[in-house]
Parts: sequence; structure tokens; C-alpha cells
Amino acid sequence: MGKQESVVPAGLPILDPVAESPGVLRAMLALLRRDLRLSIRQKQDLLNPLLFFAMVVALFPLGVSPEASFLREAGTGILWVGALLATLLSLDHLFRFDFEDGTLEQMALQPQPLFLLVLAKTLAHWLVTGLPLVLLTPVLGLMLYLDGNSVAVLCLTLLIGTPVLSLIGSVGAALTVGLRAGGVLLSLLIIPLYIPVLIFGTGTVMAAGDGADVSGHLALMAAMLVLALVLAPFAAAAALKISLSAS
Amino acid sequence: MTEPLLQADHLLKAECLECERDGRFLFRDLSFSIVPGTLTRVEGPNGSGKTTLLRILAGLNDNWSGQVLWRGRPRHRQWESVRRNLLYLGHRPGIKALLTPLENLQALAAGRQAVTNRILEQALAQVGLGPWCHVPCQNLSAGQKRRVALARLLFADEPLWLLDEAFTALDVDAVAAVENLLLDQVRRGGAVVMTTHHEPSLRNMNRIRLGTVIEQGEPSSQLQQEDA
Amino acid sequence: MWQFFHKLGSPKWFYGIAGRFMPWLLGIGLLLALSGIVWGLGFAPKDYLQGNSYRIIFIHVPTAFLAQSVYLMMAVAGVVTLVWKMKLADVFVKAVAPVGAALTFLALFTGAVWGQPTWGTWWIWDARLTSMLILLFLYLGVMALGSAIADEKSAARAVAVLVLVGVVNIPIIKYSVNWWNTLHQPATFKLTEKPTMPPEMWVPLLLVVVGLYLWFGWIALYRMQTEVLRRERRSRWVQDLMHPGGRSDVSSGGARADGV
Repeated sequence: MGKQESVVPAGLPILDPVAESPGVLRAMLALLRRDLRLSIRQKQDLLNPLLFFAMVVALFPLGVSPEASFLREAGTGILWVGALLATLLSLDHLFRFDFEDGTLEQMALQPQPLFLLVLAKTLAHWLVTGLPLVLLTPVLGLMLYLDGNSVAVLCLTLLIGTPVLSLIGSVGAALTVGLRAGGVLLSLLIIPLYIPVLIFGTGTVMAAGDGADVSGHLALMAAMLVLALVLAPFAAAAALKISLSAS
Repeated sequence: MTEPLLQADHLLKAECLECERDGRFLFRDLSFSIVPGTLTRVEGPNGSGKTTLLRILAGLNDNWSGQVLWRGRPRHRQWESVRRNLLYLGHRPGIKALLTPLENLQALAAGRQAVTNRILEQALAQVGLGPWCHVPCQNLSAGQKRRVALARLLFADEPLWLLDEAFTALDVDAVAAVENLLLDQVRRGGAVVMTTHHEPSLRNMNRIRLGTVIEQGEPSSQLQQEDA
Repeated sequence: MWQFFHKLGSPKWFYGIAGRFMPWLLGIGLLLALSGIVWGLGFAPKDYLQGNSYRIIFIHVPTAFLAQSVYLMMAVAGVVTLVWKMKLADVFVKAVAPVGAALTFLALFTGAVWGQPTWGTWWIWDARLTSMLILLFLYLGVMALGSAIADEKSAARAVAVLVLVGVVNIPIIKYSVNWWNTLHQPATFKLTEKPTMPPEMWVPLLLVVVGLYLWFGWIALYRMQTEVLRRERRSRWVQDLMHPGGRSDVSSGGARADGV
């Protein structure tokens, strides 16, 4: 264990440690901008979950019954399950491309706390998948004969619910990012955790259909969103570190 | 003579590092320190843990035991400063195929240092990518992509560089250019730790040797100083 | 305290101490559980509403109870894995996850059997049963993740994160499923919520619960011992254990004599 001699000639300055680094918000915004730019360049990836959503929904009239009474009854559930599956499908990509080309490592090595960077990435994911799903819902709701009030409440529940799906999903995506069969495994891990969101999402719309006041329900869903916002990025960051350690 | 502005004489110090994989030790009782103004090469056959060691030093791998000190203090109390002051370039250099070289450098630099586009463009021009600044990286060759990543070294202000196979896919001229960059980094008081299959024509390299299979109790690896 | 933690982290020490506890756990556990079951099935009074079919609660309730506590125990072990990196904690999680899944399945199965005479169907979307079904999914997810990651340490830590995420979700899942249940059907019978349970019923039930916990202690230690042997197979103490004659020429592959 020989002590090493510096080859710096005497008198030359030692490279000082860098004290300041860009602020957290700046770094998060840069990451968000990069991810959005990537999504725009890869338009098909943006479209795929939406197409999947529409196709899954179309299967129900074909597979079960096109009767208006059935579709009106089951429509909320069909749309919620469809949105949930479409989100799930898109989640495998959340970290995978970054993992494969090494950007994930560089992200983990940024001086800013990793969980905030994960939060920025999850936000980008929601903006390019969750939000478009919500926007497509009224059209599909119409095709399932849902009335205007139900569609409005449905969109509201999806607006609060899909970010929760993205956040919980980020943990699963982080856990499975290094695995080859990650996609299916991700679904297995995450679907049980999605159940409460699904229950409250559809339950709220049903209560609204019965003419009940749903502000309490929506508050409950908002509470779930807050809980997911606070906890999921930490868990996802921890999971990413584990996945990076294994690679 | 200026006093070094360091709390310790080393940038990074590893004590009794031990890493086990599949029930076998990649290395045990590995101790060394990385002092400013030095260039260290991690050597060893394939599978001896060179990349693993670099990733441990970078803080990307947590499956090890022992201690790593950063300027005399444990790293976990000062991760922000540690990460800000080390630059790691891995096998996968973090270049997005859908982004242009300029956008890639912007994204990579965004969390670390404030650099203007002018500096980034200059760096890209210097590595011979001037005309390709605005072409998506998927249209570049493997060597050119590698150059995008290495262009970071031109404006990096981190004192410690950890480079994993930095010379892969580079032509002779580029290799010489990178070697010069490494020397510059060392001359201004930074430090470089690297793995490479290419035998660099650099003088005064420290070496960390990693073995393959380590039998019980034997010291696995040794650090020695050589004058090439 | 640290000394104790340190010792607890030593696989060899664990192997010895576990061996001393195991016969007691198994013996007392089986004694209590069997006497509780015989009492419950043979001698406890009939239920005035459900007749004899209610007696399945003497198996259903203890397994369901234990299945849920095993997940909680795994979560505690998960914290220990993540914070203190103690090897035995992840040995525990790996060893008991299949046991927990099996118990959950048994609870579901007995619930279904009980549903047949009570509701006339083998499955009913009752809040309790549905929660147990989701718990089974959680267990299976944990096992799937554990086996998908090749690197042992990473697998242990990844599983620990998943179990913790799951344990945060369990109360939310239970609450949401109960809410969903009241939304869709008025509760008729509840498997456990009896108005009053006479002592002749709950004493044997308690016996089975305690007995089953002790039995779980035994099987957990047994499976942990096996896993410890597998992980430490290259170390000297396991070699000595396997070949008492002393074959020191076996390639020891670099593991320490007493891994900590």
C-alpha cells in the first residue's frame, strides 16, 4: 500500500473542490424539459398508450354486449380499468431507456437529491401519458353512453387518479428496470397497489350517478395523491439505487 | 508556495474495500488513496471487478463493505459535494440517441455546472463534431457518440474523474487527444482513475491490480507505484 | 446492544441458537393447535345460525390472522435489511414469503369452503376474502421479484422496498375494499364479526392461533437454517458441519469462516 506521490510540480495550485451546484428546481426543470423533448421526438411512444386505451375499451361492447344499459352500467369501470392498463403499459419505459443508455447513472450522480429528480421524471411521464388519457376519456365515455355529468366526474377522478398511478408505478418501474422480463413483472407488482385508486375512482363516479355529493370522495382521492407524492419518489429513488447497484 | 485547500491530502481514500459477488470475493482488504495530481489505472483480467470498483468509488454500487472517505470524511455525510466533485463516464456514457450532441451536453451539464451553449459548441468542435452539433446522435457513428461523451471532459470542473474504458471505439488521434486531456487534468491538480484495455502512453501512472479468484485470507490486490 | 446485533448477524451463531429453539416451538405449537382444533371441531357448541359449518373458522381465522402478521414481520425485516444491512433479515424475508403465501391461500380456501354452505357459492366477493386475495397477490409479487433478480444482495434490498411499499398500502387496500363492499352489497354474514362469542368458542380459537404462531416460528427458523446453509456453503463451519471427518481440501471459494 504505497503512498503515492503527487506529480503536481510544487507551486501549482490544487484543483479546488466545487462548492456550488445548480439549484434543485433548475435541475428538475432541465430533466422535465429533456424528457418532454424526447417524447415529442418519439411520437409513436406518445400515441401507443392512447391507442391501447381506445382498443381495450372497444373490446367490451364487442366481447360482452353493445346494449346501452350494460355499457352505461359498466362504462365507468371499463374506462378506469382501460386507463389503468394503458398507464401500466407505458410505465416500463419510464426508466428503461435511461437505464440502457447510461443516462440513469448520470442522473443518480447529479448532486441534487435523487428523489426529486425521480419526481420530475414521473411528472413528465404523467404529462405525456396520464393527461392525454384523461383528455381522450370524454370521447370514449360518449361511445359507452355515459351521461354528461358522469363523464365530467369520471374525468375529474382520472385527473386526480392517473398521477397516483404514475407515482406508484414509478416504484415498480424502478425495481424492475434492470430485469429483462421487467414489463410483465412490473404489472404483477403494481396491480395490487392500484386497487384502492381504482375502487375510489369508480366509486366516486357511481356515487355521483346516484346523485350524492362527491366532494368528500374527491378529497379522499386527493389525500391519496398527496400520500403518493410524498412517499413514492423516495421509494422509487431507493429502488433505482438498488437496480443500479445490481447492474 | 500555495497551501492546498484540502482538509486531507487525498481526494478519495478507500479502506479495506470488500466486494462479494456470487459467493466469491472480487476483492478484499483493498486499500488505496487517490491524491490530487495523480493518474491511476485499475488493472485486471475480465471479470476481476474493475468496473465494479469504479462504480463503488462513484457511489453507484452499494453492495460492498469497508470504508470510502472523501477528503477525510465519510461520504454519506456529504453526498451532494461528493457527487458534484466527481465525474463518472461508464461503458454506457449517457448519450440519448434522439437528442443532438448539443442537447445531450446541455442535459448532462444542467445538474452540475452553469455552462453556456458557446462553451458546449466549442467543446464539440474541439472533438471534431462541429458540423454535427445539431444532428440527432442516432445518426452518428459509435466513435462519434463516444466523442460526445468525452467532450464533457473539455469543460468539466470536477477534481476527480472516473473513466471506465474511455478509449473504446476511438481512433488514434482521438486517443492521443484524450490522453492529453487526462494529463491536463492531472497537471492542474485533479485526479483520474480509469480502466482501459488500451495501454496508454502516459507516464507516472499508479496502478491498482485486481486478481480473479481470491482464496481465503489472501490479500487480493495490491496497489503499487510504477514509473513507466 | 451492538454486540447483540453483531452476533445476530452471524450465520453460524444463528444456526446454533435456532437449533435449540426449534424442537420447543414445534412441540408446544402442535400441542396447542391440535388441542384447539379437536376442541373446536369436536366439542365446541353449534352455532345457532350456521350450525356446524361455522367450525371452519377454527382454521380460517388463525391462518388469515397469521398470513397478515407474516407480511408485517416481513416489513419489519425489510427495514432492518435496508437500514442495517443485516443478512439474517433478508434470509428471514426470503424464507417466510412462501409460507405467508401458503397461509393466505389456505385462508382463502377455507373461506371458499365456508362460503358454500353459507351462501351457496364457492366464491363470494366479500370484503375479507377480497382483501385476502389481494394479500395473496402481494405475496406472489414479492416472490416473483425476489426470484427475478440474480444478485442476492440486490434481490434482498429490492424485495425489502417492495414489502415496505406493500405494507403502507395494506391499510389503504383494506379500507378501500371494505368501502367498496358496502357500496355493492349489504353485509350479511361476516366470518368473524359475531355478536358475542361464548368462551367455549373463543378459547379453542385462541389456542389454535397461539399454536399456529409457534408453529410458524418453527418453520421460519427451519427454512432460515436451510437458507443460511445454502448461502454459507463455501465457509468452513458449514463444511465442517457437512463433513464431520474434516475435509479441509474442499475449495473454500473465498468465503470467510464466520461471515458477519
